[in-house]
Amino acid sequence: MAADTLFHRITDYAHRADPYPLYAELREEGVVRQEDGSYLVGTYHEIEALLHDPRISSDRRKRTVPDETALAEQGLPPAFIGLDDPEHHRLRSLTMRSFGPPHTPDRISGMHDEITRIVKDLLGTFPGKERLDVVDDFAYPLPVTVICRLLGVPIEDEPRFRAWSDDIVAGIDPTPGEDPEARPRAAVEARKEMGLYLGELAEKRRAHPSDDMLSAFVGDGSGGQLTPLEIMTTSVLLLIAGHETTVNLITNGVLTLLRHPEELARLRSDPALMPRAVEELLRYEPPVHMLPQRTPLADIEVAGVTVPKGAPLILMLASGNRDPRRFRDPDRFDPAREDNQHLGFGSGIHSCFGAPLARLEAQIALHGLLQHLDAPRLLEDPPPYRRSPVLRGPRHLLIEDGRSGGRERR
Amino acid sequence: MRGEPRDGRIVVVGASLAGLRAAETLRDEGFAGSLTLIGEEPHPPYDRPPLSKQVLLGKAPADRTGLPRRRPVDAEWRLGVRATGLDPVGKEVLLADGGKVPFDRLLIATGTRARPWPKPAEAALDGVFTLRTSEDAGRLAERLDAGPGRVLVIGAGFTGSEIASACRERGLAVTVAERGPAPLVGALGGTLGALAAKLQRAHGVDLRCGVTVTALEGDGRLTGAQFSDGTRIDADVAVVALGAVRNTEWLAESGLAAGPRGVTCDAGCRAFDMYGIVTDDIFAAGDVARFPHPLFEYQLLSLEHWGNAVAQAEVAAHNMVNPGPRRRPHLTVPAFWSGQFGLNIKSVGVPTFSDQVVIAQGSLKDARLVAVYGYRGRVTAAVSVNQAKALEYYQRLIETAAPFPPAQGAADQIESPEPVPSDVPDPKMLSHGPTVALTGHLPDRRLTLVQPAR
Ligand SMILES: Cc1cc2nc3c(=O)[nH]c(=O)nc-3n(C[C@H](O)[C@H](O)[C@H](O)COP(=O)(O)OP(=O)(O)OC[C@H]3O[C@@H](n4cnc5c(N)ncnc54)[C@H](O)[C@@H]3O)c2cc1C
Repeated sequence: MAADTLFHRITDYAHRADPYPLYAELREEGVVRQEDGSYLVGTYHEIEALLHDPRISSDRRKRTVPDETALAEQGLPPAFIGLDDPEHHRLRSLTMRSFGPPHTPDRISGMHDEITRIVKDLLGTFPGKERLDVVDDFAYPLPVTVICRLLGVPIEDEPRFRAWSDDIVAGIDPTPGEDPEARPRAAVEARKEMGLYLGELAEKRRAHPSDDMLSAFVGDGSGGQLTPLEIMTTSVLLLIAGHETTVNLITNGVLTLLRHPEELARLRSDPALMPRAVEELLRYEPPVHMLPQRTPLADIEVAGVTVPKGAPLILMLASGNRDPRRFRDPDRFDPAREDNQHLGFGSGIHSCFGAPLARLEAQIALHGLLQHLDAPRLLEDPPPYRRSPVLRGPRHLLIEDGRSGGRERR
Repeated sequence: MRGEPRDGRIVVVGASLAGLRAAETLRDEGFAGSLTLIGEEPHPPYDRPPLSKQVLLGKAPADRTGLPRRRPVDAEWRLGVRATGLDPVGKEVLLADGGKVPFDRLLIATGTRARPWPKPAEAALDGVFTLRTSEDAGRLAERLDAGPGRVLVIGAGFTGSEIASACRERGLAVTVAERGPAPLVGALGGTLGALAAKLQRAHGVDLRCGVTVTALEGDGRLTGAQFSDGTRIDADVAVVALGAVRNTEWLAESGLAAGPRGVTCDAGCRAFDMYGIVTDDIFAAGDVARFPHPLFEYQLLSLEHWGNAVAQAEVAAHNMVNPGPRRRPHLTVPAFWSGQFGLNIKSVGVPTFSDQVVIAQGSLKDARLVAVYGYRGRVTAAVSVNQAKALEYYQRLIETAAPFPPAQGAADQIESPEPVPSDVPDPKMLSHGPTVALTGHLPDRRLTLVQPAR
């Protein structure tokens, strides 16, 4: 296989720090077929239309080309993110019952104070430290703590599920030609183990329910119930999606703000701008760069190209977010941008389930950090990135706080 | 100053959804002149959709559905006073209290009112209601609180069905009388009508289709009703939900193309006069307006949809303060929603503008589906039941006049369904053709030249 196709270059780790010029190239070329038969779409309007097209499946088992993840059949069945309606809808709605409206309208907004406290606690460990790793010291522990509380997973088990989580994330990396066997196999194993672990936790809740989501899953859910297997697949999905993406959202946010000191100053003095700034971050540096698991169930014409039934279809959300045919001045980071219907959370029936939580966490986290630091400075730009081209974000983000030693804070 | 689009005097008649949104847009667009809103109701603008839903369920008080303001509007609000006439030459709105309000530009946004029960003596019985205003909703909710023995709903369109749904949710006995073969048939046709009928019955509604109510009985108080099939029921509350009447009577002498079908205007919301000549200073928006739509063969549509009132008001306001070349057409794809019997129904396009319908996604059995409507081989509407996120795709098909039936292959297409007749009235009869219709005059009446009064 020639290693220089566009998708090779996009997924090539060497371009992880700045894939945007490659996205521009992708948009130039239109819908691009790769040698392995997959199709890339990077323009906003086309992605948007495909996300709403009922003939696009999210179930990889419907692909007609050989799919290494077919091997996943040996493990747990897909969670709802990898299923189509009506199954997807049934599972997503059952899960939603204990997460948001209409059954649990206040679960997320009710976490505001708790998230604020967690942020404060984390910031409280800062004074004295001259250098911080935004990832390890802040952006990672926050969402992990939050999702653990929400689901009802003991935070002490973090090292266990971190390892599983790493393997699972590596499993959805579509980088062509890389460990076509080993990685998916490890991912399947990790999903199974994590599922068993979470399933057991949920079982224990049956006798000792508390107000977390695992308890709700096993509890008396009038109007339908998840099966034990569905509880496993769903809680694996929630635990992973609940932190892998938010880490990147917060870290990308800090990095972007440090690269734009005038916007940072503006946000510091006008915190009311934060919700919009987070929306702009979701457009400008989204935590999920692509959706690698769509498949058309019929021949579908996209911008003059017929994508055949059953072909892998990769939607490059981060590219769509910078499409000049949709956004004015798309490469400009503008926290006050008004017309900002980004693809950061996807769109359509699979649009991100956890969006309200991710928004809240990012807003509180970035606000807390901006108010806490005096004159933060990037120590390494670009920072080292995580491997995944899908869930893209820095592995570490080292900063130094100017008048360090830290002023005394409340 | 006259002639200056951002200056002068603008008067809006009808201080509800369309009126308010127009006023906000006028200020947003830099209108700096004097702005007067005239409204017959004594309240500041409020929202009507909750009246037949949350308010009847007792979840929101009737006087708490005020419309949120998008921005402060510097305007003179003349509430609780009715406009009784329009002098298009002297450019004045005449008020019931004898007052006159001069204008340079006028927006007509007087909406509709509930069609009353045709027999006044019966309509006056205690226990007989209509539902259009917040007072109506407040009174009806109070009566439902008191726990009536049986509620009769006359008419199973959207409002009637929502009322019946709220009553059942409260555990009240309900009879619904519908002249057509099923609920919602007039708006959505036979396929979804049959689903609605099934659901109403499953929720315990005593649904009677193909009948009319011939008499409301009582002596001072409503006691029961008789039906055209010879049966009768006891009921202590009856809600008349027979559709709406457009509030155009006050324009009878104005010389405008205003009549029972609404105020006819062009795509830019400019009202036509009765001879089909477009005015340049009188605009219309919302439920009262009737306008040509290119996606529906330029037929003059009258829509009673919340979203249309907002979109049309914004276009009207924009055009009131912008010179000709900057004006915009109101071409929004019609859309509305309803909630009843656990169903979230959403519609895009015009389902009555169809000859066929197909279930393109989901299934009737699960009551979760998308029905797509076509007219002469192109997609003209889609209605989702408990599946609103699907509609965006179909809106695109409508906008691009995509072929009907739509391409198969939806991930949740349960089987390969065949299109069936949509069972709506022939679209050709819906309205007049693309030529300007002189509303207020029946088409068979000879045209006579009438000088506007005054
Ligand atoms: C019970 C109910 C439920 C509804 N539910 C839905 C729904 O779920 N979804 C949806 O899409 N739509 C729904 N609608 C329709 C939606 O509310 C209307 O489309 C919308 O209110 C239209 O706004 P408008 O401003 O054009 O007219 P209106 O809201 O009718 O306002 C017109 C105003 O003008 C005033 N007026 C009339 N004549 C005069 C005069 N001569 N002088 C001064 N003032 C005058 C009236 O008093 C009224 O306040 C519902 C309507 C009702 C009644």
